[in-house]
Amino acid sequence: MRVALFVPCYVDQLWPRVGLATVSVLERLGVEVVFPDEQTCCGQPLANAGFADAAAPLARRFLEIFSGFDAVVCPSGSCTSMVRNHYDPFLAGRPGFETLKRGTYELCEFLVDVLGVKALDGRFPHRVGLHQSCHGLRELGLGTPSELLLPRSNKVGGLLSSLSGIELVPLARADECCGFGGTFAVAEEAVSCLMGKDRLADHARAGAEVVTGTDVSCLMHLDGLARREQVPLRFLHVAELLSEALS
Amino acid sequence: MSAGPREALGHPVRAARFAADEARAHWHDQALWFVREKRDRAAALVPDWERLRDAAAAIRAHTQGRLAAYLEEFERNAIARGAVVHWARDAAEHNDIVHRILSGHGVRRVAKSKSMLTEECGLNPFLEARGIEVVDTDLGERIVQLAGEPPSHIIFPAIHRKREEIGELFHAKLGTPAGLADPKALTEAARVHLRERFMSADAGMTGVNFAVAETGGIVVCTNEGNADMGTHLPRLHVASMGVEKVVPRLADLAVFLRLLARSATGQPVTTYTSHFHGPIDGGELHVVVVDNGRSEILADAEARRSLTCIRCGACMNTCPVFRRSGGYSYEYVVPGPIGALLAASRDPRAHASLPFASTLCGSCDDVCPVKVDLHHELLLRRRDLARAAILPRSKRLSMSLLGWILAHRATYEAAGRILRLLLRRLPRAILYGAWNVWGRRRELPEPPAESFRETWRRTRGAGHG
Amino acid sequence: MDSRRAILDALRRAQPPESPAPDLSALGAPLPDPAARVGEAVAAVGGTLVRVPEAAALAAEVAALASRLGAVRVASAVPGVPGNVSLDDLPDPHALEGIGLAVLAGAFAVAENGAVWVPAAGLRHRGVFVVAEHLALVVPAAEVVSDLHEAYRRIAFPGAGFGTFVAGPSKTADIEQALVIGAHGPRSCTVFLVG
Repeated sequence: MRVALFVPCYVDQLWPRVGLATVSVLERLGVEVVFPDEQTCCGQPLANAGFADAAAPLARRFLEIFSGFDAVVCPSGSCTSMVRNHYDPFLAGRPGFETLKRGTYELCEFLVDVLGVKALDGRFPHRVGLHQSCHGLRELGLGTPSELLLPRSNKVGGLLSSLSGIELVPLARADECCGFGGTFAVAEEAVSCLMGKDRLADHARAGAEVVTGTDVSCLMHLDGLARREQVPLRFLHVAELLSEALS
Repeated sequence: MSAGPREALGHPVRAARFAADEARAHWHDQALWFVREKRDRAAALVPDWERLRDAAAAIRAHTQGRLAAYLEEFERNAIARGAVVHWARDAAEHNDIVHRILSGHGVRRVAKSKSMLTEECGLNPFLEARGIEVVDTDLGERIVQLAGEPPSHIIFPAIHRKREEIGELFHAKLGTPAGLADPKALTEAARVHLRERFMSADAGMTGVNFAVAETGGIVVCTNEGNADMGTHLPRLHVASMGVEKVVPRLADLAVFLRLLARSATGQPVTTYTSHFHGPIDGGELHVVVVDNGRSEILADAEARRSLTCIRCGACMNTCPVFRRSGGYSYEYVVPGPIGALLAASRDPRAHASLPFASTLCGSCDDVCPVKVDLHHELLLRRRDLARAAILPRSKRLSMSLLGWILAHRATYEAAGRILRLLLRRLPRAILYGAWNVWGRRRELPEPPAESFRETWRRTRGAGHG
Repeated sequence: MDSRRAILDALRRAQPPESPAPDLSALGAPLPDPAARVGEAVAAVGGTLVRVPEAAALAAEVAALASRLGAVRVASAVPGVPGNVSLDDLPDPHALEGIGLAVLAGAFAVAENGAVWVPAAGLRHRGVFVVAEHLALVVPAAEVVSDLHEAYRRIAFPGAGFGTFVAGPSKTADIEQALVIGAHGPRSCTVFLVG
């Protein structure tokens, strides 16, 4: 299977080890990974700030660059959701768009839904708090949101649970937003940080050593708060965690 | 904790003030999270909960397709049962009609149960200025009325006030003993105080939870019984309703009532669900049907779902931003996610900060009994603000610049390299200067030596897709 | 143009394309024995359910309740249950004030939420259910429905009238979320399930 790796712009520039870990995990599972070098950004920062029209050229660019692969895999729930759920106004009707939409996956859902991974042969003997990033949870259906009265399932949690030695700690609020929210992190800095600190406190109280999730944006915000407050939590994107566990 | 001046400061400023008192913000947050948990537990006891939500959304959508016809049917049936139906294009007309009815009957004191519509129309000050005393009888509403402030939540108007503060307020206004803060004792004092008001009211005013087209009746739900205390004693009942409150049939009420209280407070149903069909014996029932901008929202395909709201407040309780910023931060009669939408529809410029007072987490969508696509609509309002050039020029320019940078690999990579260089090289005092809002309470990411693609190229050769 | 015409015209222009009303028949939580579950539902809303298998015992049960509550003035609208206040003779609803216990007929109870449907038909002063200090509702044991869908199949308003669902005593949680029973309406609600 030949997949194109879609690396979020801020991962590319600021947290490259997440992209490298994603490649490592995919290749370990026998997937051929290609990195289309022309990619830049899916346009979400612009669209979320209201500048949807400025994001349109980026969407068109994305479609050109990522057409023709078996799948597009991305270590980010929100960027993946941008393509699957928010590109319609820009690309509806264009050749290749429906295929792109159907074939663009966040990493964990790719493992579970496309590769059919039920369990991973890896070891991660640590207490881990799972931060369920909102877009992945509610827009991609990576798990059942706590508000919905539907059967409980969780693709990310399922993969993590399969690692030997791991202990997923129970949080008081399983899927409360961390407060990053894109420009919200700066425009509403006070509430953003209060939300983040409350997440940290939840993980700390639950005894987590490591906090993981599908989105670097959330982790960057939580990690930034933790380092400033000197809260001893280690932040690993799920790709990094899985890569570490599998090596 | 008073509302402060009623000037428009915008959500971020007010939210920052609210959040600055961390202990208090956490107290407010916990109080409403508690309600969210109660809602979860109540919903879990209803096996067809998610199908009920689908049905409620479908009833609302169907009703919107025939709204005028259903309102006419409601009017016909209401009149046939002895009610008088009035129509008000806007808030001013609503207030005039209500005043005319009340003054025509020589009303000096009104007992009013909760109605967000009357808040929206500014009815209380209008009547007070014309010599009619309006007593808000819902306990939470009475508390904020005595305090001279607006409600901060549509279900729990005084959720922002601690019991000690309410105790002080009652001591000052009702003469309760100083230091009395026990909720039971305070409620008892309010019971006695409001009993006197109920007994001496010349008229009762209510909102309308649902207006049934099939029977011409109006349904009013309360836990305290204040709507009923207000309307079964005096002979004059004036009920205000927005055009969107009509439902086609009695059978539809089952769907909404199974969702409403569970979503609002976690109770299976409100204590009283009163169905008024015509006036009390020898009395009069006046229903004032109000547009006040709703027909414009209905006309907007991207905004009309916000009109299906049943005013349960569940979106506020689940919203992590609302819980930590409080209702007053929204500067609108209805706060929270639904309030942000309604406000942005009504006056995008005045409420430009509200669509951004959200991380778009989507939790509100999931708890909404009528499945309003709240977080999606908030994003659309952001787009509308950008298109209407309501967002600051500096924002537009920086976004255009960002768009240009991101549209070309070379500029994007150059910008990234510069960013990482600055993060590595700038002295901390400059990097974390006043300009750096992120850096007030957070560390910036550690800059890596290479970007992902630089590493990829170096280790994999110039492999392009 | 008058406001009514203006509003209706504006709405007609604004309406979305019609969509069908949903089929509600698959909704609901029908129980094999709703009467068995209604007690816990009434308790969950702060009320008390008392079973009275023999209808003849009702009057004594109500009297005992009134005594326990210290209710001096008792008004009954239920045949066979005596009171010392004649509701029909009260000139004005304000005279309801001071009634210690009101005993009213409930048409049916709802197992999913502990509510009792109290139609006003036959009541001279329909506000008695909320003005009285304490409330007792008398419901035939055979008249317990599972859910509100069933309930509304039994409710009709062919003409003018009033009816209300009463679910337990009046209550509020407006002060720091602390639940207080007995807000403006009755301080207690006892449901007698008779037969």
